[in-house]
Amino acid sequence: MTTVPLRSASTDAADALRVRGGGTQRRTPPRGKRAKYTLTVLVFLLPSLIPLLAFVFGPMISAGWTSLHSWNLIGPMEWVGLDNYADLLTDPATGAAFLHTLYYIVGYLPLVYVGGLALALALNSKLKGRSLLRGVYFLPVITSWVVVALVWRWLLNPSTGVVNTVLAWFGIDGPGWWADPAWAMPSIILASAWKDLGFVMVILLAGLQSINADLYEAAELDGANWWQRLVHVTMPMLSPSTFFVIVLSLINGFQVFDQVYVMTAGGPNNATQVVVLEVYDLTFRYGQAGMASALSWLLFIVILVVTLIQFYGQRKWVNYD
Amino acid sequence: MTKAIRTTSVYVLLIAGGLVMLFPFLWTVVTSITPGASLTVTPQLIPENPSFEPYFQLFSSVPFARVIVNSILIAVVSTLLQLVTSSMAAYVFARMPFPGRNLVFLLYLATMMIPFQVLIVPLFAEMRTLGLINTYLGAILPTIASAFGVFLLRQAMSTVPYDLDQAATLDGAGHFRIFFQIMLPLIRPALATLAVFAFLNTWNSFLWPLIILRDPLLQTLPVALSSLQGQYSTQWDVLMAGSVISIIPMFALYVFAQKYIVQGVAGTGLK
Repeated sequence: MTTVPLRSASTDAADALRVRGGGTQRRTPPRGKRAKYTLTVLVFLLPSLIPLLAFVFGPMISAGWTSLHSWNLIGPMEWVGLDNYADLLTDPATGAAFLHTLYYIVGYLPLVYVGGLALALALNSKLKGRSLLRGVYFLPVITSWVVVALVWRWLLNPSTGVVNTVLAWFGIDGPGWWADPAWAMPSIILASAWKDLGFVMVILLAGLQSINADLYEAAELDGANWWQRLVHVTMPMLSPSTFFVIVLSLINGFQVFDQVYVMTAGGPNNATQVVVLEVYDLTFRYGQAGMASALSWLLFIVILVVTLIQFYGQRKWVNYD
Repeated sequence: MTKAIRTTSVYVLLIAGGLVMLFPFLWTVVTSITPGASLTVTPQLIPENPSFEPYFQLFSSVPFARVIVNSILIAVVSTLLQLVTSSMAAYVFARMPFPGRNLVFLLYLATMMIPFQVLIVPLFAEMRTLGLINTYLGAILPTIASAFGVFLLRQAMSTVPYDLDQAATLDGAGHFRIFFQIMLPLIRPALATLAVFAFLNTWNSFLWPLIILRDPLLQTLPVALSSLQGQYSTQWDVLMAGSVISIIPMFALYVFAQKYIVQGVAGTGLK
């Protein structure tokens, strides 16, 4: 099994290069080698593909079936066709939930990425005590959202909170934060970015570590300064990690739930009612499992389209190898 | 001189930021050693009558040793399996082209795109059919493969130069040898990163263990902690003692893994 003939493997590597270069013509290897290649692919893929199909995809299809029914989780399902989807698409609450979610993403993503990158760069340099600092910045990632939300509610308390107290020293009348419909989402964004900074930092640190040091030496010999090295060496070489962070943050951002649930529960005045909170309310508060499944599928389609766009766009800026 | 100023300002910023990061954790620790503390008043960073009483109360109110063993067992098995299944699949997506591969990769990613809240009911029904309710296997199975892990490791593998594969191929190595002897050692930072996040996710996982493990003796730490909230109309000191205990293993793992995350590519075949 481990002794794949020399030529077959080199053809594969060449194929890989050609496919990545956009070429389509490919020599067909002999039958026996093809079978062996197919078998190898299956051996590598099935250990993850089978559980994902059985325990995620199966339930997803099942939820799709539920979305065509009216169901209160207890009684029998009643077929309603696409009625749930029609209801959702005409309900202004759906549009509002998607808008709130979008608001969250647009605020959160730049904040957490730029912050995480700055941290990763700072803690990748030869600073004394950087291990300790890395650990400290990772702490919020492992602290539970319940604790984090309580702390942030306190920090951002409109009358007694630390933030507004400090602002008052400078004569600034601080906003109502989570108690004010206009400031509730910014409060959630702030707390979320704060908590996830360490996550982005760790991913980007691992990416920074795999950049070939020779590239920096070459850039330095060419007289590149710090900023030029960042723009022309670090950022291109880090682009696969950046791409990962952005794709993943968007997938997760569209499904933002925990922090909203514990910080504002969708309020005040529905200002932070995001899509998954709506799914949760439909299922567990109103017993409309069919409607909840339909909304989840709508969300799924939106995330899928956004992700596809990113994968098509990556050719323009993501640098592999 | 300017360099000294720059280093100092970076330090000042990092330490100031670090204090903000540290604060909620410190508050958790202080609350956990302040018997009868409540979280509704302004947090205090200096406990009035510090005592480990909340910890003793915690140990006596839940079958603690058993709960810890359950949590560790599930998180460790799930993390190890995720490392194996993710790295193997990532190798295919980075190095073994076949028709429709992008579509299969998209299928993997699609598994992250639907809220878990709607998957729970069908997943529970499936587990009941398989007879896996109240079993470790039922808790572990849905977590052994992760699209997150496959994607993370694929990105890492795609930065490994093809020259290395080609050189190995010329030496007569097949895919299995390239995978084990070239890829895995070179992506150690990414593997360590995945280990941290896989462990973190299963260790903190709440909803699924709550539903699949009904037997109190099979409960995991987050589920056991949440039951405290009802039992004593939320004793924050006890709850925070539990939080501190649940943070410790994760922090230890992170400190341990960090060595590999930032160890770099020196001495692994890439200069």
